Amino acid sequence: MSLMTPLNRVLGLGTAKGAGEHWWLQRMTAVALLPLGLWLAYQLLTLGSFSYASVVAWVREPATSILLILLVVAVGYHSVLGVQVVIEDYVTGKGTRAATLMASTLAHVGLTIAAVFAVLKIAFGS
Amino acid sequence: MWLSSLHRITGLLLSLGAVALAVWLIALASGAESFSAVSRVYGAGWFKLLLVGWTFCFFYHLANGVRHLAWDGGYGFDPAHIRVTGRIVIVVAVLATAAFSYAAIF
Repeated sequence: MSLMTPLNRVLGLGTAKGAGEHWWLQRMTAVALLPLGLWLAYQLLTLGSFSYASVVAWVREPATSILLILLVVAVGYHSVLGVQVVIEDYVTGKGTRAATLMASTLAHVGLTIAAVFAVLKIAFGS
Repeated sequence: MWLSSLHRITGLLLSLGAVALAVWLIALASGAESFSAVSRVYGAGWFKLLLVGWTFCFFYHLANGVRHLAWDGGYGFDPAHIRVTGRIVIVVAVLATAAFSYAAIF
Protein backbone atom coordinates (compact mmCIF):
# COMPACT_ATOMS: atom_id res chain seq x y z
CA MET A 1 0.00 0.00 0.00
CA SER A 2 1.29 3.41 -0.89
CA LEU A 3 0.76 6.44 1.27
CA MET A 4 0.93 8.71 -1.78
CA THR A 5 -2.30 10.22 -2.99
CA PRO A 6 -3.39 9.20 -6.49
CA LEU A 7 -2.69 12.73 -7.69
CA ASN A 8 0.86 12.68 -6.35
CA ARG A 9 1.45 9.29 -7.96
CA VAL A 10 0.62 10.52 -11.45
CA LEU A 11 2.03 14.05 -11.29
CA GLY A 12 4.75 14.30 -13.87
CA LEU A 13 4.14 10.78 -15.14
CA GLY A 14 1.43 11.44 -17.72
CA THR A 15 2.03 12.33 -21.36
CA ALA A 16 2.66 15.94 -20.34
CA LYS A 17 5.45 14.94 -17.91
CA GLY A 18 6.92 18.19 -16.56
CA ALA A 19 5.38 20.31 -19.31
CA GLY A 20 3.85 22.83 -16.92
CA GLU A 21 7.16 23.75 -15.32
CA HIS A 22 8.88 23.66 -18.70
CA TRP A 23 6.38 26.12 -20.15
CA TRP A 24 6.64 28.43 -17.16
CA LEU A 25 10.45 28.40 -16.96
CA GLN A 26 10.67 29.14 -20.69
CA ARG A 27 8.51 32.24 -20.21
CA MET A 28 10.22 33.32 -17.00
CA THR A 29 13.69 33.18 -18.59
CA ALA A 30 12.28 34.96 -21.66
CA VAL A 31 11.05 37.84 -19.48
CA ALA A 32 14.43 37.98 -17.71
CA LEU A 33 16.28 38.01 -21.03
CA LEU A 34 14.37 40.99 -22.40
CA PRO A 35 16.20 43.56 -20.22
CA LEU A 36 19.39 41.47 -19.91
CA GLY A 37 19.70 41.02 -23.68
CA LEU A 38 19.07 44.69 -24.41
CA TRP A 39 21.56 45.59 -21.66
CA LEU A 40 24.28 43.46 -23.27
CA ALA A 41 23.56 44.90 -26.72
CA TYR A 42 23.81 48.44 -25.31
CA GLN A 43 27.03 47.62 -23.45
CA LEU A 44 28.69 46.15 -26.56
CA LEU A 45 27.55 49.22 -28.48
CA THR A 46 29.10 51.67 -25.99
CA LEU A 47 32.20 49.67 -24.99
CA GLY A 48 34.24 51.49 -27.63
CA SER A 49 37.36 49.33 -27.52
CA PHE A 50 37.45 45.53 -27.57
CA SER A 51 41.07 45.37 -26.42
CA TYR A 52 41.95 42.87 -23.66
CA ALA A 53 42.47 45.62 -21.06
CA SER A 54 39.22 47.45 -21.72
CA VAL A 55 37.07 44.30 -21.89
CA VAL A 56 38.60 43.01 -18.62
CA ALA A 57 37.99 46.40 -16.98
CA TRP A 58 34.38 46.28 -18.18
CA VAL A 59 33.73 42.72 -16.93
CA ARG A 60 35.34 43.59 -13.58
CA GLU A 61 32.82 46.32 -12.75
CA PRO A 62 30.51 44.74 -10.15
CA ALA A 63 27.33 45.66 -12.06
CA THR A 64 28.73 44.08 -15.22
CA SER A 65 29.85 40.90 -13.44
CA ILE A 66 26.48 40.41 -11.78
CA LEU A 67 24.40 41.15 -14.88
CA LEU A 68 26.67 38.98 -17.06
CA ILE A 69 26.23 36.02 -14.69
CA LEU A 70 22.46 36.53 -14.62
CA LEU A 71 22.45 36.73 -18.41
CA VAL A 72 24.61 33.62 -18.86
CA VAL A 73 22.42 31.56 -16.49
CA ALA A 74 19.17 32.80 -18.08
CA VAL A 75 20.53 32.11 -21.58
CA GLY A 76 21.65 28.61 -20.56
CA TYR A 77 18.24 27.81 -19.12
CA HIS A 78 16.25 29.37 -21.97
CA SER A 79 18.42 27.65 -24.56
CA VAL A 80 18.34 24.17 -23.03
CA LEU A 81 14.53 24.34 -22.84
CA GLY A 82 14.18 25.60 -26.41
CA VAL A 83 16.57 23.05 -27.84
CA GLN A 84 14.72 20.34 -25.90
CA VAL A 85 11.46 21.25 -27.66
CA VAL A 86 13.15 21.06 -31.07
CA ILE A 87 14.76 17.69 -30.24
CA GLU A 88 11.43 16.29 -29.03
CA ASP A 89 9.76 17.46 -32.25
CA TYR A 90 12.30 16.23 -34.79
CA VAL A 91 14.45 13.47 -33.27
CA THR A 92 12.60 10.18 -33.50
CA GLY A 93 13.47 6.92 -31.79
CA LYS A 94 13.47 6.62 -28.03
CA GLY A 95 17.17 5.89 -27.62
CA THR A 96 18.42 8.49 -30.12
CA ARG A 97 16.14 11.10 -28.59
CA ALA A 98 17.28 10.34 -25.04
CA ALA A 99 20.92 10.46 -26.11
CA THR A 100 20.44 13.75 -27.98
CA LEU A 101 18.63 15.30 -25.02
CA MET A 102 21.40 14.17 -22.69
CA ALA A 103 24.12 15.56 -24.96
CA SER A 104 22.29 18.89 -25.19
CA THR A 105 21.81 19.14 -21.43
CA LEU A 106 25.44 18.23 -20.67
CA ALA A 107 26.71 20.77 -23.21
CA HIS A 108 24.44 23.49 -21.82
CA VAL A 109 25.34 22.84 -18.18
CA GLY A 110 29.05 22.59 -18.99
CA LEU A 111 29.22 25.80 -21.02
CA THR A 112 27.03 27.75 -18.59
CA ILE A 113 29.16 26.78 -15.59
CA ALA A 114 32.35 27.50 -17.54
CA ALA A 115 31.09 30.96 -18.57
CA VAL A 116 29.98 31.82 -15.01
CA PHE A 117 33.37 30.67 -13.71
CA ALA A 118 35.10 32.82 -16.34
CA VAL A 119 33.23 35.95 -15.23
CA LEU A 120 33.96 35.22 -11.54
CA LYS A 121 37.65 34.61 -12.27
CA ILE A 122 37.93 37.96 -14.05
CA ALA A 123 35.90 39.73 -11.34
CA PHE A 124 37.97 38.38 -8.45
CA GLY A 125 41.29 37.96 -10.28
CA SER A 126 44.29 40.09 -9.41
CA MET B 1 3.11 30.93 -40.24
CA TRP B 2 6.71 31.21 -41.44
CA LEU B 3 7.44 33.83 -38.78
CA SER B 4 6.78 31.09 -36.25
CA SER B 5 9.32 28.80 -37.92
CA LEU B 6 11.72 31.72 -38.01
CA HIS B 7 11.34 32.09 -34.24
CA ARG B 8 12.49 28.51 -33.80
CA ILE B 9 15.32 28.79 -36.34
CA THR B 10 16.65 32.05 -34.87
CA GLY B 11 16.41 30.51 -31.40
CA LEU B 12 18.54 27.55 -32.46
CA LEU B 13 21.09 29.83 -34.13
CA LEU B 14 21.20 31.99 -30.99
CA SER B 15 22.09 28.87 -28.99
CA LEU B 16 25.18 28.64 -31.21
CA GLY B 17 25.77 32.37 -30.69
CA ALA B 18 25.67 31.73 -26.95
CA VAL B 19 28.53 29.25 -27.45
CA ALA B 20 30.50 32.04 -29.15
CA LEU B 21 29.76 34.34 -26.18
CA ALA B 22 30.88 31.65 -23.71
CA VAL B 23 34.09 31.05 -25.70
CA TRP B 24 34.75 34.81 -25.68
CA LEU B 25 34.34 35.02 -21.88
CA ILE B 26 36.43 31.88 -21.25
CA ALA B 27 39.20 33.20 -23.52
CA LEU B 28 39.10 36.52 -21.65
CA ALA B 29 39.46 34.72 -18.31
CA SER B 30 42.34 32.65 -19.69
CA GLY B 31 44.52 35.70 -20.31
CA ALA B 32 45.66 38.21 -22.90
CA GLU B 33 47.14 35.63 -25.29
CA SER B 34 44.06 33.44 -25.65
CA PHE B 35 41.84 36.52 -25.83
CA SER B 36 43.82 37.97 -28.72
CA ALA B 37 43.68 34.59 -30.50
CA VAL B 38 39.88 34.54 -30.19
CA SER B 39 39.68 38.24 -31.08
CA ARG B 40 41.57 37.54 -34.31
CA VAL B 41 38.95 34.95 -35.32
CA TYR B 42 36.01 37.11 -34.18
CA GLY B 43 37.41 40.10 -36.07
CA ALA B 44 37.77 38.22 -39.37
CA GLY B 45 35.50 39.15 -42.28
CA TRP B 46 33.63 35.84 -42.42
CA PHE B 47 33.02 35.93 -38.68
CA LYS B 48 31.65 39.48 -38.90
CA LEU B 49 29.03 38.13 -41.30
CA LEU B 50 28.16 35.55 -38.64
CA LEU B 51 27.91 38.34 -36.06
CA VAL B 52 25.51 40.26 -38.30
CA GLY B 53 23.45 37.07 -38.67
CA TRP B 54 23.38 36.54 -34.91
CA THR B 55 22.45 40.20 -34.44
CA PHE B 56 19.41 39.70 -36.67
CA CYS B 57 18.52 36.47 -34.86
CA PHE B 58 18.81 38.30 -31.54
CA PHE B 59 16.58 41.26 -32.44
CA TYR B 60 14.07 39.12 -34.31
CA HIS B 61 13.80 36.52 -31.53
CA LEU B 62 13.53 39.28 -28.91
CA ALA B 63 10.84 41.28 -30.73
CA ASN B 64 8.88 38.19 -31.76
CA GLY B 65 9.32 36.86 -28.22
CA VAL B 66 7.47 39.91 -26.90
CA ARG B 67 4.72 39.06 -29.41
CA HIS B 68 4.58 35.49 -28.11
CA LEU B 69 4.44 36.67 -24.49
CA ALA B 70 1.56 38.99 -25.39
CA TRP B 71 -0.27 36.05 -26.99
CA ASP B 72 0.33 34.01 -23.82
CA GLY B 73 -1.33 36.83 -21.90
CA GLY B 74 -4.29 36.71 -24.28
CA TYR B 75 -3.48 39.88 -26.24
CA GLY B 76 -3.26 40.35 -29.98
CA PHE B 77 -4.18 36.81 -30.94
CA ASP B 78 -6.54 37.59 -33.78
CA PRO B 79 -5.75 37.57 -37.53
CA ALA B 80 -5.68 41.36 -37.94
CA HIS B 81 -3.32 41.97 -35.02
CA ILE B 82 -1.16 38.98 -35.89
CA ARG B 83 -0.56 40.40 -39.37
CA VAL B 84 0.27 43.91 -38.20
CA THR B 85 2.51 42.90 -35.27
CA GLY B 86 4.28 40.38 -37.52
CA ARG B 87 5.22 43.19 -39.90
CA ILE B 88 6.31 45.41 -37.04
CA VAL B 89 8.59 42.66 -35.71
CA ILE B 90 10.27 42.22 -39.12
CA VAL B 91 10.81 45.98 -39.56
CA VAL B 92 12.15 46.41 -36.00
CA ALA B 93 14.52 43.44 -36.41
CA VAL B 94 15.89 44.65 -39.76
CA LEU B 95 16.37 48.25 -38.60
CA ALA B 96 17.94 47.25 -35.26
CA THR B 97 20.27 44.81 -37.06
CA ALA B 98 21.36 47.50 -39.53
CA ALA B 99 21.96 50.06 -36.77
CA PHE B 100 23.82 47.66 -34.46
CA SER B 101 25.94 46.20 -37.27
CA TYR B 102 26.90 49.68 -38.47
CA ALA B 103 27.77 50.94 -34.98
CA ALA B 104 29.35 47.93 -33.28
CA ILE B 105 30.50 45.35 -35.83
CA PHE B 106 31.93 47.28 -38.79
